[in-house]
Amino acid sequence: MEPFTTFTAVAVPIDQPNIDTDQIIPARFLGKPRTDRVAAAFHDMRRTPDGALRPELTLNQPAYKDARIIVADRNFACGSSREHAVTVLQDNGFRGFIATSFGDIFYNNCFQNGVLPVVLPAERVAELRALLHKTPGATITLDLERQSVTGPDGKVDRFEIDSFRKDCLLKGQDDVSLTLGYEKDIAAFEARQKSEMTWL
Amino acid sequence: MPASKSSAPRTMFEKIWSRHVVVDRPDGYTLLYIDRHLMHEGSAGGFDRLRPRGLGLRRPDRCFATPDHYVLTSSRSIDDIPDAHHRAHVRAIKTNMDAAGVTLFDIDDPRQGIVHVIGPEQGISQPGLTMVCGDSHTATHGAVGALAFGIGSSEVAHVMATQCLWQKKPKAMRITIDGRLAPGITGKDVILAIIARMSAAGATGHTIEYAGSAIRALSMEGRLTLCNMSIEGGGRAGMVAPDDTTYQYLAGRPFAPKAGEWDKALAFWKGLPSDDGATFDRELSLDGNAIAPMVTWGTSPEDASPVTERIPDPSQAADALRRESMERALAYMGLTPGTPLEEVPVDRVFIGSCTNSRIEDLRAAAAIARGRKARIPAWIVPGSGLVRQAAEAEGLDKVFREAGFEWRMAGCSMCVGMNGETGKPGERIASTSNRNFVGRQGRGVRTHLVSPAMAAAAAVTGKFTDVRKLMA
Repeated sequence: MEPFTTFTAVAVPIDQPNIDTDQIIPARFLGKPRTDRVAAAFHDMRRTPDGALRPELTLNQPAYKDARIIVADRNFACGSSREHAVTVLQDNGFRGFIATSFGDIFYNNCFQNGVLPVVLPAERVAELRALLHKTPGATITLDLERQSVTGPDGKVDRFEIDSFRKDCLLKGQDDVSLTLGYEKDIAAFEARQKSEMTWL
Repeated sequence: MPASKSSAPRTMFEKIWSRHVVVDRPDGYTLLYIDRHLMHEGSAGGFDRLRPRGLGLRRPDRCFATPDHYVLTSSRSIDDIPDAHHRAHVRAIKTNMDAAGVTLFDIDDPRQGIVHVIGPEQGISQPGLTMVCGDSHTATHGAVGALAFGIGSSEVAHVMATQCLWQKKPKAMRITIDGRLAPGITGKDVILAIIARMSAAGATGHTIEYAGSAIRALSMEGRLTLCNMSIEGGGRAGMVAPDDTTYQYLAGRPFAPKAGEWDKALAFWKGLPSDDGATFDRELSLDGNAIAPMVTWGTSPEDASPVTERIPDPSQAADALRRESMERALAYMGLTPGTPLEEVPVDRVFIGSCTNSRIEDLRAAAAIARGRKARIPAWIVPGSGLVRQAAEAEGLDKVFREAGFEWRMAGCSMCVGMNGETGKPGERIASTSNRNFVGRQGRGVRTHLVSPAMAAAAAVTGKFTDVRKLMA
């Protein structure tokens, strides 16, 4: 997994609460190989049924074409557990997401793929979106070590992240390798459970 | 794992959690042991991740698999699946599970079905267990008093290799529904009323325990429906304390404890309910007497209202973002503010999904369909082959067929449409599933979430109808 340290990129505002993972990648693309579904990101939000791009959507506007960070609203990426929602955004270059809250499963899936979900207070998230609308193409910097977000206005906000997740992201450490180091503990647990929950 | 000597009252969640801690790290992360891992076609991704690392399944005896997302509900022949990738996914589950030694209820097995229907049905889901599945509706199994939650495919691979997961302990929330649900009000109406009250992110970061007299009075099927949609309220898991309803439901099921083991298990299960005086990080309560049949009108499960009400007016919204989101939802749904919900015509009905496809759901729908005729296309997709058999033994299939409903085979079907079973653009569907997201049931399809009885009422009247008017 690629380590995540600091990341500066154009950020795109999406002014909608409750964007679900069906919007991020519609179900009909899920069965395809990863390389064949890169264009599926936000497919039906971005395109009309006849395939034309919707110009009013920030994601389609030229000023945001290099966007690698999304600033959404509350409950971003709620719904289905499909990890494709993380990977399809990653395959389109996105490595950071800012919202007032996230769907729990998406939030966890981010850490499995080396991308950073950041929770900020609602006022600041709304302010960041307003700034990005005012100056399309403006950048945001995510600094994981310092747990900070630097907005286009230069204002720095601190965000919270569990130190466990932070360390794994900074090192690009994957959970499986870490857990295999606890083999003795797992075996001891299993032995104990076998004697106590005999019906399992 | 001796019983805690501490006298501090504990929640059921706390009891299950602490019993499954393998490692507690000083940074607040816990390596949690997973007792049951449920798998479906999507779990193939887990095998693909492990193979290059030379890793296999640590505990195939703790894994149970069935194909549900990609199977057709019109045929049991894999060759009939039109999409080559989907065919490959359904075939791969057999290859993978046979090689790994996992119990598989394959497409031609009468026990096949939606993974969240067959877990409880087989007695695989039991009180006090930790359970995961690469599917967000895993919270369903909390209805038997398990701690069950959905995970992504990387975590699926992690559980396969280690039978554990790294978790930060979620907060505990209790939702109490006291009172008596009126006739015609079901678990589905209760959960939609809860989500409408607390929002689709209301329980984010929390494990919900549903409590109160109205919950205690729910059947196991009703509890499964309730817990199933915890995720739609943002909850990581939802659970109901085990009681006699739970024990009677589980007794005699194939994977439930037998004979002497049953007595030992029962003694353990009886210690699980939250202690008197246990504290929760959040509490919410609703009056069960006041809950009416619910219908969603928007594109988030929080957009739900009693069927007796009108389509809400975005201009009354609390803030600009909510107003815009309601306007966008109503535009997609093709609805005008102020229209009585009972005047909204429906094009099609879907009765099925891990939320509402169990025998009690089919009985409730059949009670409305009996002696009436569907005015619009209506599908019945039983949650498992065994549900289908049970319904046929009771003659429900005949009731549905005579009423012009289509009687199909088990699978996820039109809830998620991954198998190609979707509605047409613009079609308005009364659906017993769990998500009314934009395009969920097919591009441009307008989904309204309702209970099975309300869906049947829509089928026989061609519009949303307060089911209480059709009840004898």
